[in-house]
Amino acid sequence: MTPGKLSTYLKNGAIWGFILLELIFFTVAGQFLSLSENAFMDAGNMLLLFKQSAPIGIIAMGMTIVMVNGNIDLSVGATYALSAVVLLDAMTWPVFGGLGDWVIPVACLLAVLTGTVLGAINGLIVWKTGVDAFIVTLGAMLGYRGLVFMYNGEQPTSHLNWTLVDFAEAQFLGLHTATWVLLLVTAAIWFLMNKTVHGRNAHAIGDNREAAVNAGIRVGPHMMINFMIIGALAALSAVVFYAETGSVNPNDGELYELWVITAVVLGGTKLSGGAGSIISTFGGVLAIQLLRKGLAHIGADTSTVNLVIGLILIAVLLLDRQLNVKGKEALKI
Amino acid sequence: MTTQTPVLQLEGIVKTFPGVRALDGVSLAILPGEVHALMGENGAGKSTLMKVLGGIHQPDEGRIIVGKEPVAMSGPLDAKAKGIVFIHQELSLAEELSVAENIYLGELPEKRFGLVDWNELYARTNRILEKLKVGFDARTRVGDLSIANQQMVEIARALTVDAKAVIFDEPTASLTDAEKVVLFDVIADLQSHGVGIIYISHRMEEIFRITDRISVLRDGEYRGTLVTAETDEEEVTQLMIGRSLDLSRNAVHHELGEVALEVRNLSCHGLFEDVSFAVRSGEVLGFYGLVGAGRTEIAETLFGLREPSAGTIHLNGEKVRIHSPADAIARGISLVPEDRKAQGLVLGMNCRDNMTLPQVDDLKAGPFVAEGSEIAIFDQYRDKLDIRTPGWKQAVGNLSGGNQQKIVIGKWLAMRPSVLIVDEPTRGIDVGSKSEIHNLIRDLAAHGYAVIVISSEMPEVLHVSDRIVAMYSGRVMQTFTSEEVTEDSLIQAISGLTPGQAHQTDTTQLSEGKDIQ
Repeated sequence: MTPGKLSTYLKNGAIWGFILLELIFFTVAGQFLSLSENAFMDAGNMLLLFKQSAPIGIIAMGMTIVMVNGNIDLSVGATYALSAVVLLDAMTWPVFGGLGDWVIPVACLLAVLTGTVLGAINGLIVWKTGVDAFIVTLGAMLGYRGLVFMYNGEQPTSHLNWTLVDFAEAQFLGLHTATWVLLLVTAAIWFLMNKTVHGRNAHAIGDNREAAVNAGIRVGPHMMINFMIIGALAALSAVVFYAETGSVNPNDGELYELWVITAVVLGGTKLSGGAGSIISTFGGVLAIQLLRKGLAHIGADTSTVNLVIGLILIAVLLLDRQLNVKGKEALKI
Repeated sequence: MTTQTPVLQLEGIVKTFPGVRALDGVSLAILPGEVHALMGENGAGKSTLMKVLGGIHQPDEGRIIVGKEPVAMSGPLDAKAKGIVFIHQELSLAEELSVAENIYLGELPEKRFGLVDWNELYARTNRILEKLKVGFDARTRVGDLSIANQQMVEIARALTVDAKAVIFDEPTASLTDAEKVVLFDVIADLQSHGVGIIYISHRMEEIFRITDRISVLRDGEYRGTLVTAETDEEEVTQLMIGRSLDLSRNAVHHELGEVALEVRNLSCHGLFEDVSFAVRSGEVLGFYGLVGAGRTEIAETLFGLREPSAGTIHLNGEKVRIHSPADAIARGISLVPEDRKAQGLVLGMNCRDNMTLPQVDDLKAGPFVAEGSEIAIFDQYRDKLDIRTPGWKQAVGNLSGGNQQKIVIGKWLAMRPSVLIVDEPTRGIDVGSKSEIHNLIRDLAAHGYAVIVISSEMPEVLHVSDRIVAMYSGRVMQTFTSEEVTEDSLIQAISGLTPGQAHQTDTTQLSEGKDIQ
């Protein structure tokens, strides 16, 4: 009935179709090429895939709302690393010496707080100066990374807390802790974007900032809240990952911003803002992780993986463009 | 003169857009060496005609003849290649590049290996610039030039080809008197070389100073051609507005309430100066003037989008300061902006969400949007305003212009404002929906709203307004009541020709008058 419905349907479903294609391809190709005994679609392998998707995925949820709002955040990788340093180092601070295992929630909270504050700084600068978020967070990316290096020089920051490791490795209903965090964050951000006033206004600002201003919406606070959300999520992502590994190198999280943006864009969120879906971002995250894992499964090395993901990203965007053009033509008639 | 072959001829041009017959069999003949004025009200079809001529629109019927050959224009570059050159009121120059690069943009002279032949480029450019007798050279950065000189660059661009006809669209809009003289000299020079010139302007004084003949369009139809030397302003004005306005004047009178909004001596940094007016609840106050006369800027100031540099705003007798649209909305002032797609609607969102955009924060249940109340509000105003849409889920971008405008109006009515400002209420809306919107505006006044209507269409402003403020170059020229206003007096007031102030105002002009389309 509605013109362009088929193309809309195709567009929204495209990422899941793509995931299906990947699964089929890697299962079949795995039969001939894989050195591993296990099938690609092995249950354990898939559970691991979800868990490995978590660090990028959690940040991607925040990136979706920031991008729908019409901004972008390039500083997430550095925020991630700095929050990880705070998490691991805080557990060794003498002030918390008497807390026993209660140091864990305190350290986690401090890490998330660090991320939130870093995000708030980004948001405040974008709001008050009106400088483009791309530039502001590009500066923040370099600056926050500088802080990471100032903290411990070139040395890794390490601290293993075995209670925390146990928690991170726990499985509830078959899913790992990290997977649960990813699912909960996805659900929470979905609610935020689709059911709350903040989500509605953020959407309107990204789609047509002038109309939003003319409707009396205060643009700045909404943008700042979104930067705080993505900062907090970058930190949460660090908590989830470093709870298990217990050691952060000052270079960790580099290029995360690009992986995150790739996943979000694969999920159909527009770089120009105003359109995007949390569920599709989730699909985008899975698609990338599947690709990395699948290519590894059939014996490709990292450089091949990057090349293929790059090509696929461009191909997907081309396809999206074609579908968009088609949709518009249908509307005219 | 009549025995000459026209350089450019338009024959029976018809162009329709969905719902609008923008051009209805327009014919024009431009003779070599004449300056031919093209006049008409905003929306009369001048711009559409020029777009057809420039190949931006293809005519549905009719022919374009250059010299003796019928041609089809595929675009502005094609038109230029055929000798038809446009000088637009909006300059389209690359400020960071030199004069020479701008003039030969896209056709820079080349040496071997694709290198630019700079010597040749500057030499060619300087030859053209000498002809124009301008005070800058080929290497000057365009961004460093004054507006008038930038316009000269545009004209120089026209001279790179063997131009047969040159079209000037409101060329003096941003020029001082001295600069105008230079421009008119250039036009005279072109004329003496046998180039035909189409001169589009609202300024009667200029028209009578430099043109040979005047052709008039009204409502997309060709209304006739007058010989400038044998006519006067009166006759041209009559031809432009016609005598048979089928829109009746607003005759319904009803009780007016208290003064809802009063503005005293309001100024805003040269955009408008010393503007005073008052509007009562139950009254429609029309603002008429050319685009650029400062009307929209006044609306934006009242809505908190601009800070006034002087003067005061009084709402219901109380002096107020309005710093942001949120302020204005909280005080009961609403603005239906002139460009609903760019400023009024979030096109990707559905009808309901657009309708409740300003008040979604007041409608929440806990942190969540109360979608039930939203749907109720949407249903209420859909019925009230007769908005035709399959349902609230419809993306607002899929609606017709009239229905989109009703969504914007409904959005503000749902906020229960006391003052509603409507900027260009029916721009881009088909004829049927136009009268619906007009009735709606009258209806709102009858229900006690104070309504300000800004319009560039004379029939519209005459039809809906109880009183009309005529503006020219950022100043209020005159305020008419609906009984005393005539088309003539109105058009004279907005052309800066009001008795006593006529002609002098041109020199003290603050901002340019522009055509809308």
